[in-house]
Amino acid sequence: MSVRRLAPKEVQPESFAFTAENLDWAEKTIAKYPAGRQASAVIPLLMRAQEQAGGWVSEPAMRYVGDMLGMAPIRVYEVATFYTQFQLNPVGAKAHIQVCGTTPCMLRGAGDLIKVCQRRIHEEPFHVSENGALSWEEVECAGTCVNAPMVQVWKDVYEDLTPEDLEKILDAFERGEHPAPGPQNGRVTSAPVTGLRVLTSPELFDGSMVGQGAGLALAREAIAARANGDAAPSAPPPAAAAAAPPAPPKSDPAPAAPPPAKAVEAAGNADSEKPKKPVAPPPGGKAD
Amino acid sequence: MLADKDRIFTNIYGHHDWGLQGALKRGSWDGTKTILDAGRDWIIEHMKASGLRGRGGAGFPTGLKWSFMPKNNDGRPHYLVVNADESEPGTCKDREILRHDPHHLVEGCLIAGFAMGAHAAYIYVRGEFIRERENLQAAVDQAYEARLIGKNNVHGWDFDVFVHHGAGAYICGEETALLESLEGKKGQPRLKPPFPANVGLYGCPTTVNNVESIAVAPTILRRGAAWFSSIGRPNNVGTKLYGISGHVNTPCVVEEAMGIPFKELIEKHGGGIRGGWDNLLAIIPGGASCPIIPADQCDDLIMDFDGCRAVKSSFGTAGVLVMDKSTDVVKAIARISYFFRHESCGQCTPCREGTGWMWRVLDRMVEGRAQKREIDLLLQVTTQVEGHTICALGDAAAWPVQGLIRHFRPEIEKRIDQYAANPHSDPVPVAAE
Repeated sequence: MSVRRLAPKEVQPESFAFTAENLDWAEKTIAKYPAGRQASAVIPLLMRAQEQAGGWVSEPAMRYVGDMLGMAPIRVYEVATFYTQFQLNPVGAKAHIQVCGTTPCMLRGAGDLIKVCQRRIHEEPFHVSENGALSWEEVECAGTCVNAPMVQVWKDVYEDLTPEDLEKILDAFERGEHPAPGPQNGRVTSAPVTGLRVLTSPELFDGSMVGQGAGLALAREAIAARANGDAAPSAPPPAAAAAAPPAPPKSDPAPAAPPPAKAVEAAGNADSEKPKKPVAPPPGGKAD
Repeated sequence: MLADKDRIFTNIYGHHDWGLQGALKRGSWDGTKTILDAGRDWIIEHMKASGLRGRGGAGFPTGLKWSFMPKNNDGRPHYLVVNADESEPGTCKDREILRHDPHHLVEGCLIAGFAMGAHAAYIYVRGEFIRERENLQAAVDQAYEARLIGKNNVHGWDFDVFVHHGAGAYICGEETALLESLEGKKGQPRLKPPFPANVGLYGCPTTVNNVESIAVAPTILRRGAAWFSSIGRPNNVGTKLYGISGHVNTPCVVEEAMGIPFKELIEKHGGGIRGGWDNLLAIIPGGASCPIIPADQCDDLIMDFDGCRAVKSSFGTAGVLVMDKSTDVVKAIARISYFFRHESCGQCTPCREGTGWMWRVLDRMVEGRAQKREIDLLLQVTTQVEGHTICALGDAAAWPVQGLIRHFRPEIEKRIDQYAANPHSDPVPVAAE
């Protein structure tokens, strides 16, 4: 647990309100949850409020969100102080650097990245640099362990960093630029830096994987058997089911041969004429 | 090595189009309606027969979990909740699914939702995965537009998929804490029973599954349970995303067969240990909560649930963290202890106080600023935390410390001796928090 408190009164703004665009977005977000459960939207709304306010959540913003969702202010304060992604104090105007310092990153040199932040920004985390542009903190695992060490700035992650890379990234943010995110050592996402060792077979990507399912054949058998009034043959599939399935019957809405996009479209059209009901699962009483 | 054609996540590195058109070409959404038409029981039977064990760490059989949902609807809606709150140090596999192969997940949601009688799924993505969430949301929107999901879709089962997110709390990966968070509260785990299958999200029957468990389901059903269960060893079947991080030459995420020998995984995909195999000190096989395994047990280590259990560790999420001999192993585990201290939700006293206590003692042991009797005391305290909390975070905090003492006690003692022989001139006072 960490003790997190709201910013002192002097730094809190007078009021907070969503922009028209964010308000529109907020209404759509609230609609994702069942009626009466609008409190579910508190984290997304607070996050959007943080984004709008330049990277931190003020007390008026919490009250504003609470009013919008019909929540008591304390329930929103609770959420804002519990979840560590909410910054309760102002952060750097141009970038707030979140350095992952957890073991996988630590083993690959996160300590050196933290030293860069301490030297360039402030000795202590959560302090804004003298020119007001930058701030930093050490976060717990940000989830890019195979691309360690890393920092997250706003929405983007910068991975496979050296201290020199980080210096350049800090320079760029100070200049008001947005450096290119992702691995900084030339590798592609989480693939090995030396290039692909797997997933090199072209047939995975040319459409020949479509319609190759032995399981689909079993599903069709089960459907046919049920149509014939047999007991559902849902015993575990035979081990020798590896053979390619026969051509799908005409009733199959997703045939293998035509380009898949068209298949979806065709199925969609067919469906719009006459909405089909799902085949009800067979009544209970089937032996296990 | 697993053949390319047996890999489920064929765009894991994002070299190809992650959108709907690319996914269709790679075989997603192929015959989904046939699978649904085969019926709820057929799907669950085949998921059980496939032997898929949950990919979130605990390894609970996925088909069995689905079958726990009430068969008959009592008026309350059923929910599927997908746990994409991947936050354990060393684990970063779901991220690749979310950003590069999201249609596997969306299709899996439909099939799993149908199998448990749910018309809505919430995908809870960790707050830090912002770009990943954007890709996932775009994939969901594409699926709506193509009428693959939504009201009156081509599959004939009304189904909504909502992308939700958290805000940086590891504890929300615990299923009931996730549900609390999804309801707009602090993420503090609930007492069980009642289990989510009876009283879950908004008090309704809910199943919480890991991203990978849901995302592999369509391919398993499409290619047949027999195909999936033919890979790996009995009780540990199928393919799995491994994340290889730490001191290897080429860290990466890769899909491999369950039961691959650790050495093969590292040599073939990790590019070998930095400085050669003999430079290996220890590994943490499946995320930070799994006890450490020293090098001498890694030679014959089999990477699956039973293989890791045989060396008193745990397979977890298969996020392998490799440490070479340059590693300060006490410091590495102390940092993990700090992580758990930071992420404890504060609800149960043994965990709230114990995680901080364990970290403070370990932090002193990094320098050797401790007494040897404190090693046993620390071990004893871990057993007082373990099993005495509502959720498993207390256990997860205790296991790495136990593993360290089990395998590296001489190292801790050596430091204590060194410190005693050459004490710090200015002892640093440590206050209890």
